[in-house]
Amino acid sequence: MAGLTITGLHKRYGGFHALKGIDLTIQDGSFAVFVGPSGCGKSTLLRSIAGLEDVDEGKIAIGGEDVTDLRPRDRDIAMVFQNYALYPYLTVFENIAFGLRSRKFPETEIRRRVGEAAEILGITALLDRLPRHLSGGQRQRVAIGRAIVRQAKLFLFDEPLSNLDAKLRDEMRGEIKRLHKEIGKTMVYVTHDQVEAMTLADRIMLLRDGRIEQEGAPLDLFERPSTGFVASFLGSPTINLIPGRLVTRSGRSAVVLDTGESLDLPAQRAKLDDGERPILLGIRPQYLTRAAGTLAAGHARIEANADLIQPTGTRTFVTSHIGGVAVTAELAAHDVDNSEGRIAYALDMARAILIDPSTDKVI
Amino acid sequence: MKSRSRRQLRLTLRYLAIALVLIVFLFPVYWLFMISFKTPDEIFSSPPKWWPGQIQFGNYAVLFKDGDVIAIWNSITVSFASTAIAMTLGTLCAYALARFKTGGENLAMWIISQRMMPPIAIVFPLFLIYVWAGLVDTHAGLILLYTAFNLPYVIWMMRGYIEDIPLELEESALVDGCSRWQVFWRVVVPMARSGLMATAVFTFIFAWNDFLFALVMTRTEVITFPVQLTHYMGGQSNFWGKIAAMSVLGSLPVMLTVAFMQRYLVRGISLGAVKG
Ligand SMILES: Nc1ncnc2c1ncn2[C@@H]1O[C@H](COP(=O)(O)OP(=O)(O)O)[C@@H](O)[C@H]1O
Ligand SMILES: [Mg+2]
Repeated sequence: MAGLTITGLHKRYGGFHALKGIDLTIQDGSFAVFVGPSGCGKSTLLRSIAGLEDVDEGKIAIGGEDVTDLRPRDRDIAMVFQNYALYPYLTVFENIAFGLRSRKFPETEIRRRVGEAAEILGITALLDRLPRHLSGGQRQRVAIGRAIVRQAKLFLFDEPLSNLDAKLRDEMRGEIKRLHKEIGKTMVYVTHDQVEAMTLADRIMLLRDGRIEQEGAPLDLFERPSTGFVASFLGSPTINLIPGRLVTRSGRSAVVLDTGESLDLPAQRAKLDDGERPILLGIRPQYLTRAAGTLAAGHARIEANADLIQPTGTRTFVTSHIGGVAVTAELAAHDVDNSEGRIAYALDMARAILIDPSTDKVI
Repeated sequence: MKSRSRRQLRLTLRYLAIALVLIVFLFPVYWLFMISFKTPDEIFSSPPKWWPGQIQFGNYAVLFKDGDVIAIWNSITVSFASTAIAMTLGTLCAYALARFKTGGENLAMWIISQRMMPPIAIVFPLFLIYVWAGLVDTHAGLILLYTAFNLPYVIWMMRGYIEDIPLELEESALVDGCSRWQVFWRVVVPMARSGLMATAVFTFIFAWNDFLFALVMTRTEVITFPVQLTHYMGGQSNFWGKIAAMSVLGSLPVMLTVAFMQRYLVRGISLGAVKG
């Protein structure tokens, strides 16, 4: 059992409250991702787990053992840093062996483990080189190698891919996922990139201003965000938020946009009291499709000018003005011509997310 | 064609300028070496002899025979020991200042301000203390003094070099199982190597060149080479042969050190320069 439990964690930097009460549990062997905008406290949380920051309140337990007051070296963790943190004066071999040497492993064991790790990461040929003679991707592999030889209980990654170019980042993301399958250790991964979070995580903790805004499986968060913040953070292109009023009359609800159009909500979504309130209608680009002759159940129809059409090959992104704001639709490549003017959209209202604009909560 | 000859001309002028500067700066050194090989007659001959008639080591032989070279040995021990101690203590202090903000923002400033004190202002009070403590004319006394005087410089310089080391390297080592001490030896020292070497050279040279403290604090037992030199300057006559030979012996260790460490010196000094 080497899961991670955090209870009531607070961290202040002088007067600045960086972590405002974090509670979380990460199952043994799972892959958890802390995601959130820059400055929300992801690194601070990860560094607290590593013991690199002293926390003000709360407890951290790794594998059931309270490590809150232990030094980093006594926590049995391995950490990969954003800038790789390779020692420029040591060869790749010695960089990977560093942690084993400080723990006084015998030479034969060091050779065996470094050899194995290099094998897994495909860097055997680089072992005699100095870090400055490696490419970014190779350096990242060495940094990961240094973590895995330790065979620690818990692996921590702080934005390990953010310094790589896009192609290499995709590749290394796959590698990290494969590595997790292969060694089966608990991993905690920090990123500000929602794609990385969605693809890697068993479980996402979405942070905002030093609090966990929502946690859950990636698709849960994507489909059932608890706030407008979560809804906008996950997904690319970002979710469309259209201002309007939610109007409920005798059990039937509709969203009336500021521009006057009325979009009916399906019956099962309308367990609301009669009345009227301001609302943000959240609808993801893929739930705006072209309206066919007859509307599918739960869909609402709306017409708008195509202001901008951007084909990417597989999908085509169309921007229109609906309800007074720019709205993006993600259509199949051949659903739309470059020259089209007016488009009739079908909005999948069963997938719509309704957000109270005053509290940012999803209703 | 024209631009080519122009370029050549420029290159020639540049080399000429370099040669001129080198001659101006190196001639005294050359002259010192030559005098040390000359006989007294040759030293005073007019017109001057640019090259001794015959290389002879008489001036050196006298220094060795009379035991005067012990002064060089004293200088070596005192400078070396004080440099080693100041570097060790100073680098540790610098680490504390840089990483744990020991003493807040102002302690570092206060420390370097100690270096700005003119030695002459304290040399006599110190002398009295040394008399009382029995440290006059001892190796320990001079080592202590040079260490104390060099510490602020070492701390200030090393603090700058240490602050330039990426924190992640140290944190990574901490997570990887190092204690603070191990981090210091296995990460900080190798990362700051150029800076350490450059600082050590300057520290060594300060101790090596010191005249004031050595003059006041020593009598007969630990005379260092700059003080020994003055013994050859009499009221009536100067022993130029001995002065030259002693100066050569006194310059060699420094020249060798600097030549040896040139690579680190250049890197270390330019690092410090960027930091400002
Ligand atoms: N050593 C520090 N001193 C003061 N403030 C800090 C320190 N480290 C981080 N912070 C602040 O805490 C907040 C969270 O930082 P961090 O955890 O690094 O964010 P991120 O989610 O981008 O990793 C930021 O606003 C940052 O400015
Ligand atoms: Mg961060």
